[in-house]
Amino acid sequence: MSAEESSSPTALLEFRKVNTHYGAVHILKDVDLAIYPGELVCLLGGNASGKTTTLKTLLGMVTPTSGEVVLDGEVVNHRPTSYRVANGVTMVPENRRLFKRLSVKENLVLGAYLRKDKDGIEADLEYVFELFPRVKERLSQKSGTLSGGEQQMVAIGRALMSRPKVLLMDEPSMGLAPALVQQNFELIQKINDEGMSIFMVEQNANMALSIADRGWVLQTGTVVLNDTSEALLANPEMRAAYLGES
Amino acid sequence: MSATMNAPISGSSTAPALFDLDWRRIGTWGGLCALALILVSLIGMPVGLDRRMIIEGRLSLGYLALLWIPLLFGYVVSKRVVLEGVETPDPGARDVLAGFCTGVLSGLGPVLLILGIDNFNLREPLVNWGPPLLEQLTFGRGTGFGIVAWFGIGAVLGLLGSALHVLPKDVRRVISFVIYGLLSISVLEAVISDLSEGFGLESLTDDMYARRGGLTVKSSIILAVVIGVLPILTKGRLKGATNHYKELQGEERKRASMMLFSGVAGLCIVLPLFLGKIVNELLANVGLFLLLALGLNIVVGLAGILDLGYVAFFAVGGYTTSVLTSAESPFFAPELHFGFALIIVIIMAGLTGLVIGAPVIRMRGDYLAIVTLGFGEIIRLLFMSDWLKPYFGGAQGITNVPPVDLGFAVVTGIDPRSVFYLVLVFCTLAIYVSWRLQGSRLGRAWMAIREDEQVAEAMGINTVNAKLMAFVVGAMMAALSGAVLAAKVGSVFPNSFMILVSIIILVVVIVGGMGNIAGVLVGSFVLIGVLGGPRQPGLLQEFQSYKLLIYGALLVFMMLQRPEGLVPSARRSQELHQEEFLQDAWLKGEDHDTEEAAAAAAAGGSEGTGEQA
Amino acid sequence: MSHLLEIRDLKVTFGGLDALSGLNFHVDEGEIVSVIGPNGAGKTTFFNAISGLVEATEGDILFEDESVLGLEPHQVTGLGIARTFQNVRLFPNMTILENVMVSQHCRTRQLVFGALMQTRAFKREEREIRERAEAALGFFGSRLVGYRLEQAAFMLSYANRRRLEIARAMATQPRLILLDEPVAGMNPMETAELTGLIGRLRSEWGFTIVMIEHDMRVVRDVSDRVVVLDHGVPIAHGSYDEVSSNPEVIEAYLGRPLESRA
Repeated sequence: MSAEESSSPTALLEFRKVNTHYGAVHILKDVDLAIYPGELVCLLGGNASGKTTTLKTLLGMVTPTSGEVVLDGEVVNHRPTSYRVANGVTMVPENRRLFKRLSVKENLVLGAYLRKDKDGIEADLEYVFELFPRVKERLSQKSGTLSGGEQQMVAIGRALMSRPKVLLMDEPSMGLAPALVQQNFELIQKINDEGMSIFMVEQNANMALSIADRGWVLQTGTVVLNDTSEALLANPEMRAAYLGES
Repeated sequence: MSATMNAPISGSSTAPALFDLDWRRIGTWGGLCALALILVSLIGMPVGLDRRMIIEGRLSLGYLALLWIPLLFGYVVSKRVVLEGVETPDPGARDVLAGFCTGVLSGLGPVLLILGIDNFNLREPLVNWGPPLLEQLTFGRGTGFGIVAWFGIGAVLGLLGSALHVLPKDVRRVISFVIYGLLSISVLEAVISDLSEGFGLESLTDDMYARRGGLTVKSSIILAVVIGVLPILTKGRLKGATNHYKELQGEERKRASMMLFSGVAGLCIVLPLFLGKIVNELLANVGLFLLLALGLNIVVGLAGILDLGYVAFFAVGGYTTSVLTSAESPFFAPELHFGFALIIVIIMAGLTGLVIGAPVIRMRGDYLAIVTLGFGEIIRLLFMSDWLKPYFGGAQGITNVPPVDLGFAVVTGIDPRSVFYLVLVFCTLAIYVSWRLQGSRLGRAWMAIREDEQVAEAMGINTVNAKLMAFVVGAMMAALSGAVLAAKVGSVFPNSFMILVSIIILVVVIVGGMGNIAGVLVGSFVLIGVLGGPRQPGLLQEFQSYKLLIYGALLVFMMLQRPEGLVPSARRSQELHQEEFLQDAWLKGEDHDTEEAAAAAAAGGSEGTGEQA
Repeated sequence: MSHLLEIRDLKVTFGGLDALSGLNFHVDEGEIVSVIGPNGAGKTTFFNAISGLVEATEGDILFEDESVLGLEPHQVTGLGIARTFQNVRLFPNMTILENVMVSQHCRTRQLVFGALMQTRAFKREEREIRERAEAALGFFGSRLVGYRLEQAAFMLSYANRRRLEIARAMATQPRLILLDEPVAGMNPMETAELTGLIGRLRSEWGFTIVMIEHDMRVVRDVSDRVVVLDHGVPIAHGSYDEVSSNPEVIEAYLGRPLESRA
């Protein structure tokens, strides 16, 4: 893909032939990825396919053994996580992982931990309240006492507070009730419509492809498919392996 | 690991390959090495150990304490992990160069120290900051010589260390055999001359060792040649034999194990006959601590109860025996025979185990450790108190504990060989008990509790009972050891039962390999035998004052590099289908291998920012 | 008429918040009942209350007409209630076989003496424990037996860990098994296979099953009845079809009907 698409606007986030190892074991094998501004893309794959390693590599918790991780034109292979967050990558972790004993407001403000601009933070808080009016109603409540859907909003809100260029979503449907899954994907769609670029890692291929622009399929560390969502949904191989149809 | 692979990204293609080194890595390791050299010098090892010779007149233990450091760092800095699926260039000139640079950098440590001592007086806080150290570091030939020498020595040793990767495997084997062999023969001087005396071969060792200790130059050359030939002769055979043993199945395996076991047992019985007093004394001490460690292994290693007051049971054993058998014991007049006393000792240990265990066992983790620590001290203070002085003699303890009269032999501290045999019997018993329990319903319950107490409870295990059981069994083993100690020393004092004993036994268990009998055996021999117990000297008596430092350093090192211990239990070193578990574990974010995780973290310099943690 | 498991007005409170309030519920011998509901509805708390890991504030839990309230978790298991955990909690450093052997603890008796003397009774019991363990593992085909018996549990793949957890529950010889999200994180093929196995747990092994699950296809395929919890209160109860067409359930839990998704 990279050949024809790299001529278009520069990618926000890019993997160039990235390889990673855990001990001696090869996990990611020559992975190429690219996310362009305003896109909603998803990375699909089963257990042990390398999805989580991809995220960790993006965030700098794993250093690639070869290849380059490029963030907004800069090679960031050896930059720490905090640097990458400060420069525009933020993750919404699997299972939300809120600071449960802190209030909703404290959770949100912690999302802006690396920022110094007070006015900007205030403005962004307002923006989050605008997106999720329910969050504003619960501002002083401990986040552990919120319902599942509200927690999801806070988790996304917290990520937005670092004013990212790309939002990484780790398994947004994992362990959630069907209604919440749906609600969650609607939220993702909504902030994408607001202009946020989103990189989503999912096991639930159906749901992910229903809102994503493009998708990659990872199998034991190798990208085996990469296409637009429509094409992937129509791909017979894909239907058999990931969409639960035989 | 990763940093070596793709060194500076910016200066990509034009730089000549040879100098395309990972300078960051070299800087880090070189700096660390320099620091290590300074630290070792300042704690006084070079000067303090200078009198013990390794090779007469050429190399003292004091210099050795410094010299191994650059060698090791040189080895480490050019070590790389062979990565699956990525072409790794063969180790070559680049790696040697990296070792060389690290070595030169490490020379900075002693050099700074030389310049420092020469120009400033920091004797006040740093005791060893003074002329003797300067003299030692400059080889007695002046500052200028010392500075040049240390850069040179660092460079050569770093180079040698890294060259080990480049040399063919056979050459490497020969070199490591010679180094380890010579070192052990020199360090084990006491044992070897003792043994040769026992066999009537003292003329041989008299020639081998110099009169003031250490190998003579001549004999070290001869030995080096002999040892060097050994790996060539035995090449691959030893490994073949171990592999063959590992592949054996069922009955055959059992038979091979029995043969191995009886071989070791036979050696244990026969060898002491040829050994002198000093070494037998060492063996008896190792046995006493092995017995303790086996008991603690059940409590900590199997059931996962971090008991820091384990010494309490050791004390109970010692005091019960003394009270019952000593004529001097203040309140119990009749002198019971050791055998009768032993029965009561075991009962008392079990009761104490229950009494201490019952309130403690419901706590978890840190709380339990702190409370047991407290109980351990309480027991000692009780024995020392004036209140119980009429029973236990207070700080003066109980003296005049009689030797054990077995009818056909007398076990007494004057004859350490007899003590060793008595301890051997108890250790064998304890090993049998540990081994059988480990494979039983109770042993499995202990392991389950160690892994996840709540789930163990939910799977139908009465965790309180099972944990109490572990406590009691462990207590009994410790009490047996205490009983033998009382008979060996002929007296007991509260000060023999300090917290330090608990801690050292714990270190023995951890370093040896938790939950693994063979590991505990090796741990006891290596730590107690070589370094020495809390009050008992080991083989390396020169290290007496650094003993606790070494214990601590060893513990930290093991926790970081090899948390499974020297002898990991079989299940931890499985190789079959490792990829599956590695990938899976890694993807799930469970870092089993701290070494690689640390390396990854160091290379990336990553700090989680809370929400991604 | 008596039920195998009966819950009466169960209430569990954590720090002033009701995790469960006034739950009434029963399971008959041989049923497969699913408990569904949004996250934070109190489903796992419900399991924990039955297995004795959390204490009920009010109400009663009867198993075969006897109250299990106040019993230690191991006593509950002894009565015949086994469970799995939402976040897979195996004994990772024990072998697969040991994981399943150890869970027969409350069905066996041998202690120190037998192990030390290697009595005949001890050896017989060990053999029986092993046989039962292998039978439970064999239920999942060849995946967990053979050379794998001696492998540490942490080496297993994710799906196999879930299977081993079920085998471990089976080996406690229960009458009732509580499955907490048994297919979470499995791919469609693995899910389909496990769905079939859950049915066989009842037909071949005679277990009664209560299951928490978010995957509606699994719920639809195996359950006789479905209970829907929301905010600690049951909001619907009945067959899958009844429940899935209940507007309140759709609102709180399902969202749009299943067919229009996918």
